[in-house]
Amino acid sequence: MAKSNKPIFWGLFAAGGTVTAFVTPALVLVTLFAALGAGMDMFTYESIHAFAGWWLGKLIIFGIILLSLWHAAHRLRVTVHDFGVRADTVVAYAVYGLAGLGTLMTLVYLLRI
Amino acid sequence: MSELQKRQIQLEVLRYNPETDTAPRYQTYSVPCLNEWVVLDALNYVKDHIDPTLSYRWSCHMAVCGSCGMMVNGEPKLACKAFIHEYGDQIKVEPMANFPIERDLVTTVEDFITKLASVKPYLIPKSDQPISAGEFKQTPAELKKFKQYTLCINCMLCYAACPQYGLVPEFLGPAAISMAHRYNQDSRDGGRDQRQEVIATDEGVWECSFVGACSEVCPKHVDPAGALQQVKVASTIDWYKEHLMPWVKK
Amino acid sequence: MSSKPYVREMSKTTWFLSQPRYKRYMAREVTCIFIFAYTFLLIWGLGALANGPEAFSGFLESLRSPLGVLFNLAVLIVTVYHSISWFVVTPQAMPIQRGEEFVPGNIIVNAHYGAWAVVSLIILIWGM
Repeated sequence: MAKSNKPIFWGLFAAGGTVTAFVTPALVLVTLFAALGAGMDMFTYESIHAFAGWWLGKLIIFGIILLSLWHAAHRLRVTVHDFGVRADTVVAYAVYGLAGLGTLMTLVYLLRI
Repeated sequence: MSELQKRQIQLEVLRYNPETDTAPRYQTYSVPCLNEWVVLDALNYVKDHIDPTLSYRWSCHMAVCGSCGMMVNGEPKLACKAFIHEYGDQIKVEPMANFPIERDLVTTVEDFITKLASVKPYLIPKSDQPISAGEFKQTPAELKKFKQYTLCINCMLCYAACPQYGLVPEFLGPAAISMAHRYNQDSRDGGRDQRQEVIATDEGVWECSFVGACSEVCPKHVDPAGALQQVKVASTIDWYKEHLMPWVKK
Repeated sequence: MSSKPYVREMSKTTWFLSQPRYKRYMAREVTCIFIFAYTFLLIWGLGALANGPEAFSGFLESLRSPLGVLFNLAVLIVTVYHSISWFVVTPQAMPIQRGEEFVPGNIIVNAHYGAWAVVSLIILIWGM
C-alpha cells in the first residue's frame, strides 16, 4: 500500500473549514443586508473597490475565496461518495476542477481591480 | 429494603444457524427480568431456562473483556452495560452491524484482528538497550498523552458504528488506527514511520470522514474519532514537509 | 463443523437514514454545497466589481431579487450549522495539553465561539 496523496487536499479542506466557520456566516449577513437594502451604506461600489484595490485587501479576499472553494470541493467529493456514487476519480476531477476554475477567476478579477 | 422490581420483557433476537438457515430470522422470547438486570442477564436467562441453542459471546460481565458487543435496539452496545431499566418492554438484540454473522449473535471478527495486528500495536523502541541500562523512563505528562487510548478493550463497537467501514470493508477502521496512534504518541516508541506505511494510506486513515459515531458508542470513552483526526493532521504535516520542503530531514 | 458466515449488505445510497447521528453527519456534509455556491456568488460579485460601477449595481440588483434574498437566508442557516459543527469537534482533532492535563474541551470550544463573535463583528462593521 502506498501512502495517500489526499493530505494535499485535506490540508486545504481543514484550513478552509476553519476559515469558513469563522467568516462565512458574517459575510452572508452582509450580503443579505445588501440584498434587503438594509445596510448602512458601507456595501457600496466605492468602499468595496477601495478595499479590493489595497494589496492586503486583495490577499484577504483571495485567501477566503481560495480556502472556501477547496474546503467545499473536498467535502463534496466525500459527500458524493456518501450518497453512493463510486466514480471517485471522475468526481475528484470535477470538484477540484470547479475549485480550480473559481480560483483562477478570482485571481484574474483581483488583478484587474 | 424494597423488593426488586420484576418485569416481563419481550426479547427479540436475530438468529442464524449456518447449518440450516439461508438467512437470519427473528425469534422472540418472553423473559421475566429484574429491573436491575442488563441485557446480558436476559440472554443468560434464555440460554439457561428457555432455549439452550442460543449462541452469543460473553465472559466478564463487567465491561472489561469486550466480548459481548451487539446491537441493542439498533445501537452498538456491550450487553453487560445495557441496563434493562433504560429500555421499554420490547428489546431487539442483533449481532454487531458491519460484521458477518457466524451464528446467532456471534460475529466473524478475523478482519479486525488482522487489521489490528497490521498496525504493530506494541512498543518499538528507538534503539535496543542492554537491560543494565535500566528502564525507559516516562513523565506523568508523557503518560497522560496516550493513556486514554490504552483503555481500548477491542470490543469492536466502533466498527459496528462506523458507516465507512460498513460501506468500504477495506477501511482499516477506528480501533486499529487509534491503537497505532496510542503507540505513536508514546515517548518510548520509535515505530511511527513503520506504522505510517499502513495508516497513512487511502484504506487507512483517509477513508475516515469523521462521522464521529465510533466515539459516541465507545464504552470506554477512548475517542477513536479524535485519534483519527490527529493522525490526519500529523500525516498532512508530513506530506507538506516531504513534498514542499524536501530539504527538511525528518 | 461447517462455517457459512452471513453478510448483511449496507445500502450504498440510503444507509444514512438508519440512524439520527448519520443524518446529522450528512446535514453537516451537505453544507459544502451551499458554501460552494455562495463562494461562486462572491466571485460573481468580484467580477462585477472589476467590470465597473454599472456592472456592480447590476450585481446588487440581482442580489435584491426574491431569489437572491432567499438564497442568502438559506446559506445563512446552513453556514451557522457548519460553524457550530466545526467548532464542537475541534478539541477532538486538536487537543491542547498544558503541563500534565489536557485543557477541557468546552474551554477550547467556547474560545472558538468567542473568536467567532469578534471576527463576525469586525466583518459586520466593515460591510454594513
